[in-house]
Amino acid sequence: MVQQDEESEWDQLNRTNWKGLGLTDPIKNIEDKWLLLPAFLKVKGLVKQHIDSFNYFVDTDIKNIVKANNKVTSDVDPRFWLKYTDINVGFPDRNEENAIDKRVTPNECRLRDITYSAPIVVTIQYTRGKNIVQRNVHIGRLPIMLRSNKCVLTGRSEEQLARMIECPLDPGGYFVVKGTEKVILVQEQLSKNRIIVEIDNVKGIVQASCTSSTHGGLKSKTYVATKKGKIYLRHNSIHEDVPIVIALKALGIQSDKEILLLTAGNTDAYKNIFAANLEDAAKLGVFTRQQALEYIGTRVKINRRVMGPRRPAWEEALEALATIVLAHVPVKGLDFRAKAIFVATMTRRVLMAMEDEKMVDDRDYVGNKRLELAGQLLALLFEDLFKTYNSNLKIAIDKVLKKPSRTTEFDAFNTMRMQGDHLTTGFVRAISTGNWSLKRFKMERAGVTHVLSRLSFIAALGMMTRISSQFEKTRKVSGPRALQPSQWGVLCPSDTPEGEACGLVKNLALMTHITTDVDEEPIIRLAFMLGVEDICLTTGTEIYGPHTFVVNVNGTIIGVTRQPTRFVAQFRKLRRARRCSEFISIYINNHQRAVHIACDGGRICRPAIIVENGRPRVRSEHIRLLKQGKAMFEDFLQKGLVEYLDVNEENDTYIALYESDINPNTTHLEIEPFTLLGAVAGLIPYPHHNQSPRNTYQCAMGKQAIGAIAYNQFNRIDTLLYLSVYPQQPMVKTKTIELVGYDKLPAGQNATVAVMSYSGYDIEDALILNKASLDRGYGRCQVLRKNATLVRKYPNGTFDRLADAPLDETGQIAKKYDIIQADGLAGVGERVDPGDVYVNKQSPSNATDHAFTGQAASVPYKNTPLTYKSPVAGNIDKVLITDTDNDQTLIKVLIRQTRRPELGDKFSSRHGQKGVCGLIVNQEDMPFNDQGINPDTIMNPHGFPSRMTVGKMIELLAGKAGVLTGKLQYGTAFGGSKVEDMSRLLIENGFSYAGKDMLTSGITGEPLEAYVYFGPIYYQKLKHMVMDKMHARARGPRATLTRQPTEGRSREGGLRLGEMERDCLIGYGATQLLLERLMISSDKFEVNACSECGLMGYNGWCTYCKSSKKMAQLTIPYAAKLLFQELMAMNVVPRLILDDA
Amino acid sequence: MPSQTFDNRRLVGIHAERVTNVSNNEFPGHYPGEDHSWNLEKFKKNLTVTVQRLSQHSIDFDIVGVDASIANAFRRIMMAEVPTVAIEQVFVWNNNSVIVDEILAHRLGLVPLNVDPSLMKMREPDTTPTDQNTLVFNVDITCERNPKAPKGTLNPHELYINSEFLSSHITWTPAGDQEETFAAKRPAPINPNIVLAKLRPGQQINMELHAVKGVGKDHAKFSPVATASYRLLPHIKITKPIPPSKAEKFQKCFSPGVIKIDPRTKEVSVDEKNVRNDSVSREVLRHPEFADSVELSRVRDFFLFNVESEGPYAPERILPEAIKVMREKLAVIRQAALALREKTTTVDTDVVMADS
Repeated sequence: MVQQDEESEWDQLNRTNWKGLGLTDPIKNIEDKWLLLPAFLKVKGLVKQHIDSFNYFVDTDIKNIVKANNKVTSDVDPRFWLKYTDINVGFPDRNEENAIDKRVTPNECRLRDITYSAPIVVTIQYTRGKNIVQRNVHIGRLPIMLRSNKCVLTGRSEEQLARMIECPLDPGGYFVVKGTEKVILVQEQLSKNRIIVEIDNVKGIVQASCTSSTHGGLKSKTYVATKKGKIYLRHNSIHEDVPIVIALKALGIQSDKEILLLTAGNTDAYKNIFAANLEDAAKLGVFTRQQALEYIGTRVKINRRVMGPRRPAWEEALEALATIVLAHVPVKGLDFRAKAIFVATMTRRVLMAMEDEKMVDDRDYVGNKRLELAGQLLALLFEDLFKTYNSNLKIAIDKVLKKPSRTTEFDAFNTMRMQGDHLTTGFVRAISTGNWSLKRFKMERAGVTHVLSRLSFIAALGMMTRISSQFEKTRKVSGPRALQPSQWGVLCPSDTPEGEACGLVKNLALMTHITTDVDEEPIIRLAFMLGVEDICLTTGTEIYGPHTFVVNVNGTIIGVTRQPTRFVAQFRKLRRARRCSEFISIYINNHQRAVHIACDGGRICRPAIIVENGRPRVRSEHIRLLKQGKAMFEDFLQKGLVEYLDVNEENDTYIALYESDINPNTTHLEIEPFTLLGAVAGLIPYPHHNQSPRNTYQCAMGKQAIGAIAYNQFNRIDTLLYLSVYPQQPMVKTKTIELVGYDKLPAGQNATVAVMSYSGYDIEDALILNKASLDRGYGRCQVLRKNATLVRKYPNGTFDRLADAPLDETGQIAKKYDIIQADGLAGVGERVDPGDVYVNKQSPSNATDHAFTGQAASVPYKNTPLTYKSPVAGNIDKVLITDTDNDQTLIKVLIRQTRRPELGDKFSSRHGQKGVCGLIVNQEDMPFNDQGINPDTIMNPHGFPSRMTVGKMIELLAGKAGVLTGKLQYGTAFGGSKVEDMSRLLIENGFSYAGKDMLTSGITGEPLEAYVYFGPIYYQKLKHMVMDKMHARARGPRATLTRQPTEGRSREGGLRLGEMERDCLIGYGATQLLLERLMISSDKFEVNACSECGLMGYNGWCTYCKSSKKMAQLTIPYAAKLLFQELMAMNVVPRLILDDA
Repeated sequence: MPSQTFDNRRLVGIHAERVTNVSNNEFPGHYPGEDHSWNLEKFKKNLTVTVQRLSQHSIDFDIVGVDASIANAFRRIMMAEVPTVAIEQVFVWNNNSVIVDEILAHRLGLVPLNVDPSLMKMREPDTTPTDQNTLVFNVDITCERNPKAPKGTLNPHELYINSEFLSSHITWTPAGDQEETFAAKRPAPINPNIVLAKLRPGQQINMELHAVKGVGKDHAKFSPVATASYRLLPHIKITKPIPPSKAEKFQKCFSPGVIKIDPRTKEVSVDEKNVRNDSVSREVLRHPEFADSVELSRVRDFFLFNVESEGPYAPERILPEAIKVMREKLAVIRQAALALREKTTTVDTDVVMADS
C-alpha cells in the first residue's frame, strides 16, 4: 500500500503538467540538490569502486574464468575427464580444523597476523571407473575484501560493528593478509580495443595502434603505421612489416578498387596518399588472397610447442590473422570481413592524420583511459593460478593413471585434495608482496599492493581513492602529468603528490564511479533493433558516405547508421528507462563520423541531473521526498532524473554548472560543483580562494595529521599509531567533511591564532605557542609502537621460553628487569625506561642444529629479550598473547608515549601552511585582547603575501563569527558562508568587521600599535616530531668493514662531512681540519709499509722483501688500506712511494 | 556623573588601521619646562581603585592613574605568580578505564582545589613530602551494572553505577596535623561535577594523588585565575554634530547604550556612564560620512580590570595577593640594591664570570 502511494507520488511528479505548473513557468531553484550526494554515497560508499569490482569478480568473473577452463583430461586414459560445473566463494571463516566457532572478524585477523579469507569451493563432475560422480571440493582460499558482499561486515549496523570491534566509518575496500591491511591500488591504463592515432614528428611517422584484449587473457598490439610515406601493418607475431594492401588482401579483400574504397573512400586527397601502397603490392607480385597469405605466412613467427606436421605457409598466416592479429575482432567461420574493415578503418585513420594533423588522438585524454581495479587484477591472478592448478592436477592424475595396476578404483577427488594450497599461497603471496608476475599473460608488475596507511583517517581514505599510473616516473614528459580538462568532475585536480610522482598518481573525485564489465551481446542486438545496418553487408562507399556514421561497440565496428542523432537519442531514452545498464555510454564522434557505445569495465563516470526542455528533471519535490527518506538515489536513476555520464559521453553533452546557467541547449545539470574535488581536498575550507599549489600541499599534509584514526583505534595494535589526545572537529566545516565523517574522526584542533610578529623566533614560518595552552592539553598526542616477537617451536624439538626476572648476586632484581612479571612479560601500565626489558624471552642455543635429538627441556638457553630503545620513557599499553596460523605463539607489546608539543614540532593549517614551533611563550607574555583572550598560536604575517592563501583568512573570519554565535560555519568549495555575512556577525558582536582586534602586549602592558588579525584557525599537528629526529653523537659504533662511523640515526651513526663540505675546507685551505675529519676522527689505521717495494707489511716486517730494514710506519685511513688489499686481490699492485714530507 | 574630559596626553588614538600614542611620555625631560619627576603626593592624588562589579567568580575593578607597566605587573602576577594548590603527583594502583594513566593524571592536575595556599608551604624539589607541603587525596571507584536499572533504558547513568568519574570522587586523606589545619574547609575540588573519565562495568580506578603548592608560570594548573586582564577606558569625542537622519546608524556603530539619541531633537551624544561598555569595534570609522565627525581614543592610564577566579581565592582577594607577591619581590630587589650600594662604595672590582 505504502509502496503504491509512493509510486503514485513519483508518477505525479514526473508528469509534464504538475499542480498546474506548465513548461513555460519560471524555473525555481532546486533547494538542497546537494542532498543527492549523501544519497549517492549512501548506496555506493566512498570506496564503491573497489568493492563493486571485487563483487563483480567474486560473483561473475570467477565463474566465467572457470567456465573457460572447465575441463581436465588425461593423456594416459582417454576415458577419464573431470569437469568444473560451478565455483563459489564462501564467507570468511576460521581456517582451523577443529575450531568450534568458525566465525572470524577482520579485527581478529589483524591482531593475530592471519589472513581474512574465505574458502573457494568448486563443484566437479568426473569419471570414477564407469560412473560419473559429482562432488564439491575446496580448492583454496581467497582473501576477502572488507565490506564486499562476502565480508561479514557488510550490512551490519553500527552496534553490530562495535561488537566486532570494527569502525563504522572505515571505508573497507582493502584486504587483511597476514595481519597487515593491504590495498590494491587502482591502476590507470590506456583503453583496450580502441584505435589510437599518433604522430611522431621527429621520425615523421603516423601510426594507428590498437591493443587487443579478449577474455582469455591474450593481449597483443597491432599497428598500422607509415614508413617512408607508405603504410604497413605491424604486429609482434610477424617478423616484418606487411604492406597494408597485402594485409587487406590476405583478409579477403582482393580487388584494388574495394581496398581503395574501404580505406580512402571517395576523398581525393586520401586516394592520392594511398595510391602508392597499391603499386607497392603490385610490385611485390601480390594480387590474390592466396599470394598475400603466402607472403605473410613466410614471415609469421611460429611458436608451437606441439610438433605436428608442418603446415603450409598460407595456413600459418590464416591462423595468425584469425587468432592473434586484432584478436578482439570476431572471426566467425573464416569470415574476415569485420576484421578487414577494422584494419581498413585503422588505415583510414592514418590517412586522415597524414592529411590533417589534428586528427590524432590524445593519449592523456581521460576518455582514452581505463582503470584497472582489484577485481580485474585478482581475476588475472586467479586465472593464472587456476590454470597452473589444473595442469598440476592433470600431471598428478596422469601419474596415478600411468600405474598399470591399482588396488582401488581411481578417484580424482582424492588427488584433488592432495593438491595442496597452491591457490591460497598464490593469492597471499601476490597480495602481501605486491608482485603480480603472471608469465602466462606476460605480466610482470611490482608494487601493485600497498600497506594501508593508518596514520590518520584521511590517510587511509586518501589511499583508497588513489590511482597510480603505469607510466614510468623517471621520464621527463609533461603530457601525462598535466591536468587534463577531461579530468573535470572525475579526478581531483588538487590531490596529487609533489615530486617525481606528481600528476602520475591521481585521486578520484567525490562522485565518481568506475564501471564493471557489462555483457555486450544484448547491446549489439539493441543497436541492430534501433536500425543499425550490419557492417558485413556494407561497402566502402556506404561506410564513408556523406550521411553515414559507423557504429562501434567497445571499439569493434558493428554497423552503420544514417540517422546518428536519432539513434543516439533513442538509445539514451532506453537507457534512461533502464532497459539496459545505466553505465552504458553512447556518444557521437563527429570527427571520426562514428557513434561509440561502450560497456566495458574501468571507465570513469559520474552522475548528473538530466535537463529537458530547459528544466532540470529533478525538482524540489523530489528532493523533499529524498529528505523524508521516501526516495533513494536508485529511484532517481530509475525514473530517469539522473544518469551516469562517462568521460566520453560528457563530450556529447552541455552541462550547466548552476541552474541559472541553463539555456535551451543544456542537456544536464551538475549535482554540486564541489564534487569535482576528492575526499582529501574536500577538507580544505574555501579552497577556491587559495592558490592552487597550496591546496595540493594540504592534500599531502592532511595525510600526516595526528588525530583520531577509527572508532576501534584503542583496540588496534599497529606498527605505529599516532593519536591526538583531544581532537576537535573544525569550526569551519565543509560538506565533504560531514560526508566522509571527518567531523567524527578529526585530526586537529581549533587554535586561536594571532597573525603578528613576535620575538623573531617566528621567522621562516615558525610558530609561537602559548605554554599555558600546552599545559591545558593543546597539541598533546600519543605515539603507540608495536613490538612483536614469536615464541617459536623449532623443527628439532626445542622451543623458546619466557622467563621471569633474574636475580643478581645480591638477590635483587636488576633495574632493567623491574617491570617483568612472573610470566616474563612487562605489566600493562608499567613505565618502560630506556634499556628496560619488556619481554624476557630465552632461546635455545642450538635451535638451528637439525641433528639434535636430546631432551628439549635440558637444552642450554641464551637470553633474547626485547629491550626498549627509545631515548624517552614509555608505558606498556597492551600485551597480546595469541597464536598465528602455524601454531607459533605470537606476543605483541604495544608501548605508548604521551607527548606534549615541544620546540621543533611541526604544525600546519588546512591551507598548506606548515611551520615548526619556534618558541614556547608563557601565557603572561602573550598579547591579549579586550576580552582577555590570549592566542594559542602566533603566526607570522609574512606567511601570507607570497602564499596567497586567502582561504585561511576567510577561515579565520568564519571561525571567529562561528565562535561568537555558537555555530559551526561552512567553508565548502564554491560556496560556504559568505565573508559579508561573517563580517556582519562580527560587527553585531562588537568586533571589528575585518576580524582585527586591538591587542595589548603582555610584556610592556601597552596597546600594540597595529590591529591584529585574531581568531580561530584549525591547526593540525603533523607526525614529524623532533623527538623522533634529534640525533647527535660524539663517539659510537663503527661499521665492521671500513671501520668508519656507522650511518643513520637508527644505528647511532655519525654526521657525514660530505663532498661539498670537503670542497669548502679545501677551498679554505684548512688541511689539518680535513685530515682530522676524514681520517683521525674516522678510520685512522697504522700500517707498516716497505719503502723499498712499496707494499704493506706487518710488525715491521716486509713479507715481499723478507726484510725489516726499510719499514716505515704510517697512518692511513682504514678504507685506503682496504682498497689496496682489494686491488691486490685483483692482481693490481698499488705501491706506496714513501718520501719525507 | 559629570562629563569626563581627559587631557589629550592621556589618550591613545584609535584610528581605522593603527593605534597611536601608545606610550606615556610624561617622564622627566620630555616636555620642556614641566616637572614629571615621580612624586608620591601626586601619585596618591591620581591613583584611584574602584570596584565596579563583584560576583562569586569574577570581579571588575578600575585602576586609574598608574603606568601600564604597573597595571601589567599586577596582571602578570595574578596569572603566573600567585600560588595555588593543585595535584602534582598521581600514583596509579589500578586504572583500566579508556583514559590512560598519563592523560588521566593530566586531567586531574587541572582540577581546581579549594585549598587555601597560605596554609601550605612550597615543596622544594627532591624533598620528601610532609604534612606541611603535601595533601593526599584518594580515588577508588568501580563501575558496576545497576541491578535496579529501569527496563529498556539506554541512559548510562541509570544502567550503571559510577558510570562517570567525577571530581567529587576525589577524597582527601588527612595526614599529620592537617585535620586541624584544614578544619575550616575540607580540601576538595571546587567544582564537584567535572567529568574526568567515563567508566563502564568492570572498569575501576584506584589512585593516590598528591597536591602541592605551586605558581602559574610553572604550569597553568597553578594559575588562580581563568583570565586576568585589563582594557583601557574607551573615549568617544563627537567633533561634528551628526545629522538626525544618520543618528540611528551612528548609534549602531557602537555597543548598545554607548550613544544616546535625544528622542526629541535626535541629537547624538555619548553616554558617559556607559562608554566603558563600548567594545571599540571601530565600526564608525568604516563609514565615510562619520569619518571626520568622531574621534575615538582610549585613556592610557585608565585600566578596566576583569579577573575571573577559578581557584581557591575569592575574586576580590586575588589583587591583594598579587600585591603581596609584588611586595615580596620588591623586598628582594631592595635588599639586592642595598647590597649593591654597599659593595660599590667599598671596592670596584671586575665582575667574575660564573664559569671561569
